[in-house]
Amino acid sequence: MKDERGKAWDSLPNERGYFGDFGGRFVPEILAPALDELTKAYRESVVDGEFSRRLETLSRDYCGRPTPLSYAQRLSEYLGGARIYLKREDLAHTGAHKINNALGQGLLAERMGKGRIIAETGAGQHGVAAATVAALLGLDCRVYMGEMDMQRQEPNVFRMRLLGAEVTPVDSGSKTLKDAINEAIRDWVTNVDDTFYLLGSVLGPHPYPTMVRNFQRVIGDEARIQIREAAGSLPDLCIACVGGGSNAIGLFYPFLGDETELVGVEAGGLGLSTGKHASRFNDPRLGRPGVLHGTRSYVLQDEDGQILDTHSISAGLDYASVGPEHANLRALGRATYTTATDDEALEALHTLCRLEGIIPALESAHALAEAMKRAPGMSRDAIILVNLSGRGDKDLGTIMEKLGDEL
Amino acid sequence: MGLESIRQVFAKTSAARRSAFLPYFPIGYPDYETSLDIIEGMARAGVDAFEIGMPFSDPLADGPVIQAATSTALANGVNTRRCLEAVGELRHRGVEQPLLLMGYLNPILSYGVAEFAADARAFGADGLIVPDLPPEETAILSTPCARHDLAMVQFVTPNSDEARIAAADENATGFIYVVSLKGTTGARESVSEGLADLLGRLRGQTDKPLVVGFGIGSPEHARAINGLCDGFIVGSALVNAARIPGDAQRLAEDIMGALVE
Repeated sequence: MKDERGKAWDSLPNERGYFGDFGGRFVPEILAPALDELTKAYRESVVDGEFSRRLETLSRDYCGRPTPLSYAQRLSEYLGGARIYLKREDLAHTGAHKINNALGQGLLAERMGKGRIIAETGAGQHGVAAATVAALLGLDCRVYMGEMDMQRQEPNVFRMRLLGAEVTPVDSGSKTLKDAINEAIRDWVTNVDDTFYLLGSVLGPHPYPTMVRNFQRVIGDEARIQIREAAGSLPDLCIACVGGGSNAIGLFYPFLGDETELVGVEAGGLGLSTGKHASRFNDPRLGRPGVLHGTRSYVLQDEDGQILDTHSISAGLDYASVGPEHANLRALGRATYTTATDDEALEALHTLCRLEGIIPALESAHALAEAMKRAPGMSRDAIILVNLSGRGDKDLGTIMEKLGDEL
Repeated sequence: MGLESIRQVFAKTSAARRSAFLPYFPIGYPDYETSLDIIEGMARAGVDAFEIGMPFSDPLADGPVIQAATSTALANGVNTRRCLEAVGELRHRGVEQPLLLMGYLNPILSYGVAEFAADARAFGADGLIVPDLPPEETAILSTPCARHDLAMVQFVTPNSDEARIAAADENATGFIYVVSLKGTTGARESVSEGLADLLGRLRGQTDKPLVVGFGIGSPEHARAINGLCDGFIVGSALVNAARIPGDAQRLAEDIMGALVE
């Protein structure tokens, strides 16, 4: 897989886990041997036909893959420009793309003989996916979740508990995803021998960004085939929301060698000028390269290098850093990153509900908002592929609060 | 000053056939002035060197006690620059022991590694301890540290294998920080059982001073490991004691007392 300049995208990362200047392994020494063990086990699993077959079988029979590609006809006509296709990760088991990675890592945990998995979660989608896989494979599961996220994603907390996972509230710092990751890492350093850390995004120390990408690339691999069948050609534009960035890299990665434009959408929150957002790339006052949770990437931080609290209506995008491979794609100019505000995401969500009968997750609604901005300016022959990364049932409480009076 | 002052500490304690005692204390807890008074008081009690804590918003290697204390320090407006100034103030007050700055990587990157090393030296610090910087990533700091004669401590843990111990040995200046257990910082009931074995294993691979940390918090613990290692660090227990004025200094005196009795 090479781009037009002959650059081999699939040669990244290097041996030390670097995508250009980003990535690496900035962890306490106690975790380094565990990461070496994980890297070795992951590499072995990749060349083990039996492992791949089991993952494929469960992806099909349990997760419901391949997920469909839907042509959003009424939305496209309403916008009056490009044809918009939706990759329906909302229809995967548990209602989001997170299951792809959770299943892959869960099987790896089983293969490594670890009887206990831990996970962090923001929106709760990764926590639910981890709890689901733990139930499927008979593993103990503890999920760390910020107290603030537990309040705004209450149904998911109950789902995880129903599935047999222990949900541990995290009341330190901003009580959101970053604090949940801190606490999961503290658990891991304490129980490193028998515990597998099932990290939910393309974040953290090497090999996580690579491993999670490879478990998520099924999204783009499927979509690339499906869109050729449905539309007769590759898309002009791929759009995905970017918190940590796993659904986005999963969609983008198989298209890196193509002509297709790739756009990631960050949470613009209350607007970039307010400082209340989660845009690592588009607010140079606050977002610059740094190290958080084991990887070097763009990080929202104050002038002293303290990590900033973020804001987004969507818990899944509410994180101060972003996957290192995205930082590299941006540096190389291969992908661009824009923002959608809370209000734009809500508007896009409402539009999709009424025109297509699909309630998207608030996260995915950020990607839709960008599609709605771009489509009217493109020709009717043009094709936009949007990753509909999750369904919105979990967000009904938040949506009711915001839109309830209008209905 | 610098590496030589750290070398002299271990020469002195080894001649006295005891381990060196290195208290950890964060700048800004319970407030800026009091933290300096506490460190000055411990210096008067004759401790051997200090680990000076710089606060970070996301201290993922720390247990609840140090998390809470450094969070208070941040709320008190303490930042990296203020910690460097604190080192200068401690020197001004006559504290002569080696001072090693302990902090997470991101605030140091944000300050600028070259500027940080230069300023740390200018204010009178002697070394650097960065818990989220394993040997494979240490090059970004080891070069500026070497240029300014600052020690760059490396960590080993109970699960470090021979290759990782060799990497720590190759990169460490000043001493090697031996994490005595799997977990975060914080005092435990007793000193980790496997510690003697771990130290024995390390002795076979490195000549550098071995300083034990994590889980040590009382004169009893100090007695139990005195002589086994070249030095040890006490952190959470001192921070905990600092809730009552005078208690942190008293605990430091008691631990020193246990070493020389």
